[in-house]
Amino acid sequence: MQLTNEYIQQQLTTQFGEAVLSFEESFGLLSVTAPAELNLKVMNFLYDDENLRFRFLTDLCGVHYPDQAGKEIGVVYQLHNMEANVRLRLKIYVPAGKPDVYTASALFSAANWMERETYDFYGINFIGHPNLKRILNVDEMDYFPLRKQYPLEDQTRVDKDDEMFGRGGAIGFGTEKTDHGTVTEAGKHEEGHPIV
Amino acid sequence: MAEQHIKLPEGSIEKTTTTLNLGPTHPATHGVMQNILELDGERIVSAEQTIGYIHRAFEKIAERRPLYQITPLTDRLNYCSSPINNMGWHLTCEKLLGVKTPKRVDYLRIIIMELARISDHLICNSIVGVDSGAYTGFLYVMQYRELIYEIYEEVCGSRLTTNIGRIGGFERNFNDIAFQKIQKFLDEYPRVLKEFENLFTRNRIFMERTIGAGAISAERALNYGFTGPNLRAAGVDYDVRVATPYSSYGDFQFNIPVGSTGDCYDRFLVRNQEMWESLSIIRQAFEKVQEFKGTEADIYHADVPEYYLPEKKDVYTKMEALIWHFKIIMGEIDMPAGEVYNSVEGANGELGFYLVSDGGRTPYRLHFRRPCFIYYQAYEELIKGAMLSDAIIVMSSLNLIAGEMDA
Repeated sequence: MQLTNEYIQQQLTTQFGEAVLSFEESFGLLSVTAPAELNLKVMNFLYDDENLRFRFLTDLCGVHYPDQAGKEIGVVYQLHNMEANVRLRLKIYVPAGKPDVYTASALFSAANWMERETYDFYGINFIGHPNLKRILNVDEMDYFPLRKQYPLEDQTRVDKDDEMFGRGGAIGFGTEKTDHGTVTEAGKHEEGHPIV
Repeated sequence: MAEQHIKLPEGSIEKTTTTLNLGPTHPATHGVMQNILELDGERIVSAEQTIGYIHRAFEKIAERRPLYQITPLTDRLNYCSSPINNMGWHLTCEKLLGVKTPKRVDYLRIIIMELARISDHLICNSIVGVDSGAYTGFLYVMQYRELIYEIYEEVCGSRLTTNIGRIGGFERNFNDIAFQKIQKFLDEYPRVLKEFENLFTRNRIFMERTIGAGAISAERALNYGFTGPNLRAAGVDYDVRVATPYSSYGDFQFNIPVGSTGDCYDRFLVRNQEMWESLSIIRQAFEKVQEFKGTEADIYHADVPEYYLPEKKDVYTKMEALIWHFKIIMGEIDMPAGEVYNSVEGANGELGFYLVSDGGRTPYRLHFRRPCFIYYQAYEELIKGAMLSDAIIVMSSLNLIAGEMDA
């Protein structure tokens, strides 16, 4: 049987209902967006179903969309059915204020470090993870560097303007109150320790 | 009563095991990574890995860089085979931008990628030899890695961190010296590889050291996200080059060697056999490249002036070319919005690029799927209950590259 994107979509819709999941396709790869609390159920279904058999976790990473209110932090799973050679992307979104996601490390041993990495960079709290601590950054770090409110370059520099890089001054975070003090319009960093 | 001068940590008198720090800078770790081993005599009771010593935040840096400025970052992932990383990145860009490459470019890329695979496997396998006490092989094959680096040098000008190629092809055509050196490599390397195999494959000491060390079942390997030679040594014939052929790999005949036990010996054999297969692919590609005649023989890049940098001699002499060069380098050509996952068969596994573009100049998010970051977490399971000397040989046979692990 040919495992097509339509078939996967149909199976998932039958299992979880019309309203729960949303689908899109980019470059031939089906991308499923599920509610955060269903991530394990969906993955288990994809794993166990006799025809779907998505039993390889290729990759797991976070993405930060500060403009999507209530679902700022995304977690992206790249799943792979190696027998049929079909890939699938599963996405879930959680609010930045309460980024709680169930861990997939019981299903895939590979998820252990990938989730630690995602926690390290995005602060996603993987519920039930056996050893959720930082992996690449130093343990003392008290912020999550890949979130978009931490611009890459030194904010006290005035000779550079982020407008040159297509996304407006200070990536739309000019006046936002961060955990580490206020970043003002001019990009000056006040109070709190400097962002490196 | 004598004053106590040494303060011991709590419970250290009662403890019956020994804690040993293997790394971060230990001659046997071949990279900056720390393993905290708990030893009972010489047996390993538990292990904990600490990584991140050379973390350089590539994913964050990439969010501020246009496409071409990201290529040098990919060099520094698996620096033993950086051309594969470069081309994997360019293939990802091409997928997003919809660039089609000519056949000759694909074949030239395959020559370089397979040379890179050989140089990577060469290092890994000879280091396994070094760690089991056989230094000779390592020194012997080094001169052929040197020859591979000279070929890179002819093609792109640099050796280790190559920054090779462009979106759509190469920066210049291969010159005669490059072809001569590839021919020299094809002529001379089989004999050397045969001799290298003779040193190890049926060597009693080597076999005793490696058979059964760090074995993993196919099921556990898949669950741990193993890819590349390490997965194939466990008996799963998954190879990105065959499963999802990129860069015209479909035009070539080659075998995928698999092992059965997933131990160090099988990993060694799989890598050795892959070198033979790579040689055969290079030979086929070399012949196919020679078949192009006339103007076709001069094609070394796709005709995509939007993304392909203008000729250097034009950049230095013509105003328009200079402007165009800077427009591309600074990313003034917008990328289409979209999400791409593209993977290539790196020397130590599936090297993936997950690129999210919002249509700006730089990626909105770029994630590297680094194979050795993912499979290194299995290390504890592989060495639990083994001897300390096994731990070292397992580490080198997994082909861990700190640069890739820490990104």
